Order: sequence, then structure tokens, then C-alpha cells
Amino acid sequence: MKFWIKILKDFPWFLWSGWGSIASIALFLAFWDFGNQIYGDLILPSPYSVFGSLKTLFGDVEFTQNLLLTVKRGLYGTLFSLLFGTILGLTAGYFATASIVSRPIVTILVGIPPIAWIVLAMIWFGLGDTTVIFTVIVTALPIVFVGALQGSRTVENELKEMMDSFNIGFFQKTKDLYFPHLFSYLFPAWVSALGMGWKIVIMAELLSTHDGIGASLAVARSHLDTPLALALVAAMVLVLLFVEYVLLEPIKQEVESWRD
Amino acid sequence: MERLKVKDLQFYYGVTQILKDINFELKKGEIKTIVGPSGGGKTTLLRLCADLLDVTEGEILNSFKKSAFVFQDARLLPWKNAVENIAMPLAKKDKESLEKASELAIRFGLEKEDLVKYPKDLSGGMKQRVNFARALIIKPDLLFLDEPFSALDVGLKEDLQHYILEANSEELMSVLCITHDLMEAVRLSDSVLLLKSDPGEIVKSYDFTLPKLKRDYTYLFDKTHELLKEDIVRHTFEIKVSL
Repeated sequence: MKFWIKILKDFPWFLWSGWGSIASIALFLAFWDFGNQIYGDLILPSPYSVFGSLKTLFGDVEFTQNLLLTVKRGLYGTLFSLLFGTILGLTAGYFATASIVSRPIVTILVGIPPIAWIVLAMIWFGLGDTTVIFTVIVTALPIVFVGALQGSRTVENELKEMMDSFNIGFFQKTKDLYFPHLFSYLFPAWVSALGMGWKIVIMAELLSTHDGIGASLAVARSHLDTPLALALVAAMVLVLLFVEYVLLEPIKQEVESWRD
Repeated sequence: MERLKVKDLQFYYGVTQILKDINFELKKGEIKTIVGPSGGGKTTLLRLCADLLDVTEGEILNSFKKSAFVFQDARLLPWKNAVENIAMPLAKKDKESLEKASELAIRFGLEKEDLVKYPKDLSGGMKQRVNFARALIIKPDLLFLDEPFSALDVGLKEDLQHYILEANSEELMSVLCITHDLMEAVRLSDSVLLLKSDPGEIVKSYDFTLPKLKRDYTYLFDKTHELLKEDIVRHTFEIKVSL
């Protein structure tokens, strides 16, 4: 409880530290507008018109439904990956043989491009939710798995021996030693799995479903509606930025405050 | 009466014999120090006594109720600040135990502003103070010391040794210490066991009867000098030059 209050209390400071990022985003928008002035509205619509159509998008019921659907698919896939990737990775890390055996397999899985997975999933599961969620899982799970594996392989034996010398029980050892150590490996893995999952969900939707943001993007392409396409892209980026910087980063800063 | 009794202890790493026929007994309120050259099996012996390694041959009987271990390197949890590290072995983590930990930290010479610092911001000496406070907060009746003074400056060393001697005389805390520093051994112990290496074997034991808190520098230098004149000590430490 105290922990969450501290996160909330530090939140304004965290926001205040965002001015630098805002300045660099403003610079990015300036270059974007410059590109618009060179290439014209069809190739690269100005940020102003894109954010205008983004505004109309958020007023549109169909869009909100599509966005929710995409978020739902992404969440199912990613949460499944986080949960099982973590459990499997930790278990594999616990057994030396399992970690040696699983590394090459993970390398093979990571080496298969997501687009190939989508094609396979379309053959196996047809068009629809399962294909999308499967593709997300198969690309995000190995990332989490490797993070968890490395975390559990690198717990310091000296600290474990120190806790053993005080006859500390398993529960406290988990809380004071394993969890803080694992967190510094798991959290970055979770964040990159989340980012990966979110990109994959849209790609999979574009190819294999008729609803969701990915499908809307396919429609925008067929209508040559560049402002709409860019507005959809902006919406996706905004969702990811929100999750990463507003939800996850403050937790990370609090838990990792013992670092520099 | 609590005691630690080591009987006919042997220990092997693979086929190499590390310890051979170790026998000694540590009584309540006693400080025993095992001296010997580096890499001679001292740490292995201490870890066996502290039940951090499994005994394969021979016996170790430990009837002390609470023991604590002070490691050579401080081994603090990097994600906990100084006070939290000191309070770590306590079962309850309430305000009271944190206060107790802060009190002990101050007694061990930490500054108030150091209490909330994480290990990365503490100097080596400060970390070692935290290490000692963490071991002593549970009021152990048996303390294991694994050369914890070896990297400290002389002031800090004397400071921490004084705390050990105080706890020993006031609370009858027993101590099993290992070191390669003879003068340190003379200062702290009721008896010193000489462990030769390859394989580790206790070849001699020396008793010092003067009350430990009364030993002054003259006494320490004299006794250390006497030890260094002994052939078996010179042989064990492979001292080749003679003065």
C-alpha cells in the first residue's frame, strides 16, 4: 500500500521530468511538417490535418470499438506471454539442463519472422481472433522467456548464502532476494514484449481480420486515405506511449530506485 | 551448556583432501580463532561449522540456539538501504525493528544520513559496519567471523573488534573466527588453533589467559612475536627470511 502511495506521490515529479521528451517530440513534429511542405498532402499530410482526423476518429463509435477490440486481442496475447513466458523461463533457469536445451530452441523461434508466423497461423487457424492472438504469443513469449531465464540463472550465490546463514525462510528469500533481482531482468523483457505484441497485433489484423485497427488501416490504404492511415498510426503510438510511460515507467522508477 | 563440537572432521573437494582430522570444541563465552595461510581450508571449515556446507565425514554438534555469520565481503542487498539491510534478519519488519536497527547502526558508527543510503553509496568501511550490525542485531550466542577485518583501516578494525569483545564479555557471545593475521588472533581469542594447509590440519593450539579487554599493545606485540618465533608457525606460514 505504502509503495503505491509513494508511486502516486512521485508521479507529478515524474511528469515534470518529461519536458525534455516533449521538446524532442515537438522537434519531430516540426520535421514532419517540413516534409509535408515539400511532398504535399497526398504523400505526407501535415501533423495538423492528421491530428484533426485523429480527433474525428475518437468521436467515431466504430473506431472506438475497433480500438478496444485490438487492445483486447493484444492484451490477451501479451498477458498470456508474460505469464507463461515468466513461469517457463524461471523454471528453465532453475534446471541447468533445461536452460541449456531451451536456448537454441528459443533462438530458432526468435529467428522466424513474425510475418511467416502470420501465414502459418492463417493456414492453421483460418481468419480471426485465434490467428492474431497466436501470432502475438509466438513472438512475445520468447522475449519474456529469455529475460526470465537469464534472471533466474544470475541470482547471486553469495547473497543466497548470506541469507542461509541467518536461516531465512523461502518466503522472505523470495521477497528480499529473488524478486528484486528477477524484476530487473523481467521488467525490461515485459516492456519489450508489450511493444512487440502491440506491433504484431496490428500487422496480424491487417492481413487476417476484417475488424480492429489493423483492418481499418487496410481500408485506409485501399482508399488512399493518407491522413486516416497516419491518424491510425498516431493512435497506436499514443496507446503504447500511454501504457509505457504513464503506467509502467513510474512503477519501474520506484522499484529500481536503488540503482543510479 | 551450549557448545560447538567438531569431531574427526574430514572434507574433500573431489579427490583433493581439504580438511583432515579436525577436532576442537568451542564453549559458551569462548572466542576461538583458527589461523593459517590463505587457501588452507579455513573458510571451508568455517562454512562447515555454520552449516553452509554439508558435513560428509565426521561430526559437527552445535547446541547454540542462534548463530550469525559476518562475511569477508559485506554481502548487502543492493536494493535495500543501510537500515533495511541491518533489519533484514529480524522476523518482524515493523517500525520498532527499524528503530532498533537505526540505533544499532548509530552505535556502530554510521552517520544519521548514511542510514537511508543504498549500498552503492556507502564506502567499504561503512558497508562492513552494516555487515557487523546485521549479524549482531539478532543477538547471536554464536558468531562466525570470516576474516571480516582484513580490508579495513586500523581505526575501524579496532572499533569493530572492540564491539565483538564487548558482546563477548557482556552477553557471553561465543565467537569462532578465522584469520591469517596473528596479532588479530592474539587480540581476540582465548585460544588460537594453527591450521596448516594441504591438507588442512590443526597442528598446534595456543591459549591466552589474560582477560581480552585488558590486553594492551605491549601484550599483543610480545605474544605475536613469541608466536612468530615458533618453528611450527614459521613452517605453516612458509616464512623463509629470518630476522
